[in-house]
Amino acid sequence: MTHQDTGFGPDLVEVFGPKHEDGGPELIQLLTPEGERVHHPEFDMEFTAEELRGFYRDMVLVRRIDVEATALQRHGELGIWAQLLGQEAAQIGAGRAVRPNDFVFPTYREHGVAWCRGLDPLHLISLFRGVDHGGWNPHDHNFNLYTIVIGAQTLHAVGYAMGMQRDGVVGTGDPDRDAAVLAHFGDGASSQGDVNESFIFAASYNAPVVFFCQNNQWAISEPIERQSRIPLYQRALGFGFPGVRVDGNDVLATYAVTQAALQRARDGQGPSMIEAFTYRMGAHTTTDDPTRYRLSADVESWKLKDPISRLEVYIKRNGYADDAFFADLAEEADQLGHALREGTKAMPDPKPLDIFDRVYAEITPELAEQRDAFTAYLSSFEGSH
Amino acid sequence: MAGTTSKVTLAKGLNMGLRKAMEADDKVLLMGEDVGKLGGVFRITDGLQKDFGEDRVIDSPLAESGIVGTAVGMAMRGYRPVVEIQFDGFVYPAYDQIVCQVAKLHFRSQGRIKMPMVIRIPFGGGIGAVEHHSESPEAQFAHTPGLKVVTCSNPVDGYWMIQQAIAHDDPVIFLEPKRQYHAEKTELDEDATPAPLFTSKVVRPGSDATVLAYGPTVKTAMKAAEVAAGEGTSLEVIDLRTLSPLDLDPVFASVRRTGRAVVVHEAHVNLGLGSEIAARITEECFYALEAPVLRVGGFDTPYPASRLEEEWLPDLDRVLDAVDRSLEF
Repeated sequence: MTHQDTGFGPDLVEVFGPKHEDGGPELIQLLTPEGERVHHPEFDMEFTAEELRGFYRDMVLVRRIDVEATALQRHGELGIWAQLLGQEAAQIGAGRAVRPNDFVFPTYREHGVAWCRGLDPLHLISLFRGVDHGGWNPHDHNFNLYTIVIGAQTLHAVGYAMGMQRDGVVGTGDPDRDAAVLAHFGDGASSQGDVNESFIFAASYNAPVVFFCQNNQWAISEPIERQSRIPLYQRALGFGFPGVRVDGNDVLATYAVTQAALQRARDGQGPSMIEAFTYRMGAHTTTDDPTRYRLSADVESWKLKDPISRLEVYIKRNGYADDAFFADLAEEADQLGHALREGTKAMPDPKPLDIFDRVYAEITPELAEQRDAFTAYLSSFEGSH
Repeated sequence: MAGTTSKVTLAKGLNMGLRKAMEADDKVLLMGEDVGKLGGVFRITDGLQKDFGEDRVIDSPLAESGIVGTAVGMAMRGYRPVVEIQFDGFVYPAYDQIVCQVAKLHFRSQGRIKMPMVIRIPFGGGIGAVEHHSESPEAQFAHTPGLKVVTCSNPVDGYWMIQQAIAHDDPVIFLEPKRQYHAEKTELDEDATPAPLFTSKVVRPGSDATVLAYGPTVKTAMKAAEVAAGEGTSLEVIDLRTLSPLDLDPVFASVRRTGRAVVVHEAHVNLGLGSEIAARITEECFYALEAPVLRVGGFDTPYPASRLEEEWLPDLDRVLDAVDRSLEF
């Protein structure tokens, strides 16, 4: 597209850039791809060696879950798997910023955040194996079930946050009481009406919610340029709340920015949006073939920004962990992989009759009749083979 | 408190029922467009914001998916949201949230998430409105597992059924016949014991044919029965009240006596509630039937411009015509 002088000023791309390989000058970063610690005037934080090792361990183990689940799908044990490869820092940074009283509304790719909320990874696996639609109790973990419809959960997040306001757990100044909601979505979802409506409702009611957008550059085969002509975080301003872009491959910056945004929400200062600028290194899901729509050179350039390697470089260079730490972690990851493989294969299939009793809090006579008829039908086969 | 009776319209009955429900449980919230200061475009929530405050009677931005989607989150937090969709034809922006989230969260979560939500929808035609203000979308919701669908035909049912729907732990699509909102008043006894929510009711006994109606068509069916009586035909009229689940035992009992059934609704006949009811009557009362179950409803066209709506809507004559065809079969 060539620039035309329309009276609206210069071409939008010229104004808003940046190219999608680069988060641009507005990118908040505390750790460069080369593992250099840098500082930011607004979002700087100090981290202890223990905290750094914690982030590193989380990311390594979550990547292992992803690798194992992908392999299990290839072995026919899972119907499908949504890979998070490359998004470990965005998810661990956000997930570790959440407090126990906060509530998280995930997409279907939030395996790292699920890990931070203490979910058994087999609960994620069971969904993708087709055993259930999510086997965990959302109220036990303050972590909703995965939502498959793109962006629908952002409205639930705002409603939940409005409930928190009515429960008097926002802006009381008591850190053990105040809470907020973290709402996940992706760059593709930013085009959905529900996401835009959730922005409007959150702004209108000043709801304590942080909209956390992982911009992984791809909505299946469609690049971010198909969804937006401006950097996504800039949309927040149009809805009346602040937005920032953070390096989503930098776990330190993502943590710092998310915890600041959540605290702001808990304090009663309302919604904000974080665009975690990252890259989907894998396919959309195991059924997808990204070689049909993107260049391997792009993927190669993002490999240099790997979230785990940069933290590893930083930790090793500064002696924040010894060799034993890395050896123990490798062993722990192997054990986790083993447990996932064995746990998956040992998972019992669901019972056909269970579905009838889960539709309603109070089953209808019609459905009970269907269940009983199906029970009788099934039992008519007993002993016949 | 005792012996509280008054003559009320459907609008007033619903308003009183909402007030009762809000007094009984402070987790009950109302949300919708213009439900606050204005009291709703039909005034069903009149005065409630003044008495219960802006945190419990919430004027929402103009976005139906947003209304229902945020209500989902409130229900997850332990509230009992009652949302108002301003008109039937405006429910479709919220359709995804209703069928994919509201209806499925209990199932998806294996019962760990409850959705005690009521979605109030003024429905049906006959008010001389522009497009999208006169529709009957009940079959779309009755077809969706996870939802329950009810409709009131009169002020007394409006008063009780809205309270029962709000107290119920499953999501309820609550359809209100808007043409009846400000029609005649009925004596309401607040100390009476209401029938259970998910039950149908014989509202006029008869012996020659059974007429099944709900919401706005109950009045039409009752008038038809009156006229038929004058011509020597005795019609039994049943107000279905609950559309999902259906409560058809009283219907089967009636049809086994009369041998004939006519279903009347404003919704399009093709794949409307009448189709399901006809199939079920056929399954249960096959040997008792003297004629096929007949359906009277809106034609399979979009709802017409209002100067034509009285032609389009099933009226007394079309009901009687169907009764005659059944009797002559």
